[in-house]
Amino acid sequence: MKIAVCIKRVPDMETRFRIAASGTAVDEAGLKYDLSDFDGYAVETALQLNEKQGPGETVVISLGPDVVQEQLRKALSMGAERAVQLKADRVPTDGLSIARALAAELKDGGYDLIFFGRQAVDSANATVGPMVAEMLGLPCATAVSSLDISSGRGTARRDLEGAAEIVDFALPAVVTIDEGMPRARYPSLKGIMAAKKKPLEVRAAQLGDESLTLEKMELPPERAAGRIVGEGPGAVAELVRLLHTEAKVL
Amino acid sequence: MQDFFDIDSVLSEEERAVRDSVRQFVDERILPIIGDCYVEGRFPREIIPGLAELGVFGANLPEEYGCAGLNNVAYGLIMQELERGDSGIRSFASVQGALVMYPIFAFGSEEQKKHYLPKMAAGEIIGCFGLTEPDFGSNPSGMITMANEQPDGSWILNGAKMWITNGSQAKIAIVWAKTNGEKSDKSIRGFVVPTDTPGFTAKDQKGKLSLRASDTSELVFQDVRLPKDAILPKSGGIKSPLMCLTQARYGISWGVIGAAMACYEEALAYSTSRVMFGKAIGGFQLQQQRLAVMLTEIVKAQLVSLHLGRLKDAGTFTPQQVSFAKRNNCDIATDIAREARRLLGANGILAEYSAMRHMANLESVYTYEGTHDIHTLILGQTVTGLSAFT
Ligand SMILES: Cc1cc2nc3c(=O)[nH]c(=O)nc-3n(C[C@H](O)[C@H](O)[C@H](O)COP(=O)(O)OP(=O)(O)OC[C@H]3O[C@@H](n4cnc5c(N)ncnc54)[C@H](O)[C@@H]3O)c2cc1C
Ligand SMILES: Cc1cc2nc3c(=O)[nH]c(=O)nc-3n(C[C@H](O)[C@H](O)[C@H](O)COP(=O)(O)OP(=O)(O)OC[C@H]3O[C@@H](n4cnc5c(N)ncnc54)[C@H](O)[C@@H]3O)c2cc1C
Repeated sequence: MKIAVCIKRVPDMETRFRIAASGTAVDEAGLKYDLSDFDGYAVETALQLNEKQGPGETVVISLGPDVVQEQLRKALSMGAERAVQLKADRVPTDGLSIARALAAELKDGGYDLIFFGRQAVDSANATVGPMVAEMLGLPCATAVSSLDISSGRGTARRDLEGAAEIVDFALPAVVTIDEGMPRARYPSLKGIMAAKKKPLEVRAAQLGDESLTLEKMELPPERAAGRIVGEGPGAVAELVRLLHTEAKVL
Repeated sequence: MQDFFDIDSVLSEEERAVRDSVRQFVDERILPIIGDCYVEGRFPREIIPGLAELGVFGANLPEEYGCAGLNNVAYGLIMQELERGDSGIRSFASVQGALVMYPIFAFGSEEQKKHYLPKMAAGEIIGCFGLTEPDFGSNPSGMITMANEQPDGSWILNGAKMWITNGSQAKIAIVWAKTNGEKSDKSIRGFVVPTDTPGFTAKDQKGKLSLRASDTSELVFQDVRLPKDAILPKSGGIKSPLMCLTQARYGISWGVIGAAMACYEEALAYSTSRVMFGKAIGGFQLQQQRLAVMLTEIVKAQLVSLHLGRLKDAGTFTPQQVSFAKRNNCDIATDIAREARRLLGANGILAEYSAMRHMANLESVYTYEGTHDIHTLILGQTVTGLSAFT
């Protein structure tokens, strides 16, 4: 099968972020970057499908400045055959622009499956995958936690709050990958060396006009200090009262 | 830890990718279990397949033998990351790659290379390296293990080796022995000895207080009969095992930086969270002095090993430069581990933290592969032209 996986470069989410002087981006100094977690699952899922089902091609695509080549090469070192960078000075805030550029790239690619992560772990919009599906007129299964592909059809499980859905669709299709799918393998050292020799094409991203822009970024408010209501069994009654009346969690 | 001197900027993207992949493996697969392994005195064999899949064994040897074909800087970074986990894990990889695969690669026949190297890279054959003897440690030239050639071309091996890492779990041992009754160290040759050969026994050494997550064994050879093709044909003289040690010492110079980094990171995190006398202990000058020295020595050691790696890749490095790096880096790492342990107060003696485990481990690393003193003598001889060994 020919599978495309759209991947995003994101900062390590364990970091304590600072806002850059522009006020509309995080300060990149000292940040470490990696593939977005769900995108890593998506790459792994594609690789395993092609490993199991015989000859195929996994193509990874990322939109952004040249630094995204690092994540593309990571996916190549995991085993993807080919990479495409859709070059842009920055990753737009507007998911629609991104989807437009990706759809233009994917349209005539002859892909059986197009994978995305459920959402990017940094911006958490979860919009690009469904928008691309819409533009290409393809079925779209979102937040998929298990996937079966056979004779031109897909069956996917979507784990919801308190229930699960099983959906069936014809290929080609767009699937956004959630937890539950296999975790990304460690790039092997041989894979890292081999990745250097694999094709990485660079094309200008056809973003079009941005319909949504980022005005301002803020850090979440500092959490107020905790309050100690007393010690020992004597404090329980007061604690329960406060959980009822103030915190309203009971 | 923070890359204070932006050393990443002089590493290639592949070098960083190699390091990051091994780092992630160590974080996820080794750090969660290593404290318990250490206390139990157990080498975690379960991680061998994972390490092999990553490709760490003999990673700087060529791809045609199933290895990753990395440069020496990438190889060094692997050692750094493994030892950030534990010196025992790095020792395992050093022995497998630099002390068993390397001599087969450098001194072996094409058949030996084709037969052993791919299986060793895949972790299917584990090896050990037998040079040290009970009465000959720093002076291996004095060894008494002897191999005598028989009329049919086979060999009979007699003797004993001690302190052999991986000895009891190895499928093959590279044994260094004098040959045909000659006392001169020129007669020393290397042999590939399958450990299931009759007359070969390996027994784990008990009571170690260092490198507890590593097997260390005594090997005994009693009339071990070896086929003609067990000898490493291109080995000859004490120079051959010393060439292996140069490879391993290079990796050690990187490895111990990893142990030091782990200790520094742990000490730094503790210093900002542990409050005593009303403030974080990291706010006291005494602890800042500790942390500043640790940081300085780690960065210096990294720059030494990195430059040495570039020289090694250029083919111009000398064994004396390797002695310099092994000596300095082991020395600062042992000091850093001890200072980190002290900064941690009573918690510093627990296996739950890593400082004391690293501190105890590094005493072995300080001693093996040429003790600190021996490397001092090598440097002394290099600069004065006078030998102080005897
Ligand atoms: C955990 C562990 C694993 C090991 N793994 C292996 C292995 O896999 N394979 C292997 O072959 N060996 C291995 N070794 C052995 C190691 O290489 C030796 O321990 C080392 O070479 C020192 O030898 P020794 O212990 O006999 O000390 P000795 O040589 O007896 O030295 C004792 C002391 O005397 C000092 N000294 C020696 N000569 C001089 C001199 N001329 N002038 C001044 N001081 C001197 C030394 O510096 C040291 O402080 C291992 C050792 C340990 C601890
Ligand atoms: C095996 C063992 C047995 C023990 N037995 C007993 C016992 O029987 N009874 C008992 O009461 N206690 C006992 N202790 C506790 C021991 O006395 C404490 O560990 C010791 O007082 C240090 O306290 P701490 O571990 O909390 O370290 P901390 O006080 O947290 O110190 C951590 C680090 O900060 C440094 N530091 C602290 N304050 C300052 C400062 N103002 N300026 C600069 N640096 C500072 C310390 O030197 C240390 O390096 C025992 C400890 C051990 C390890």
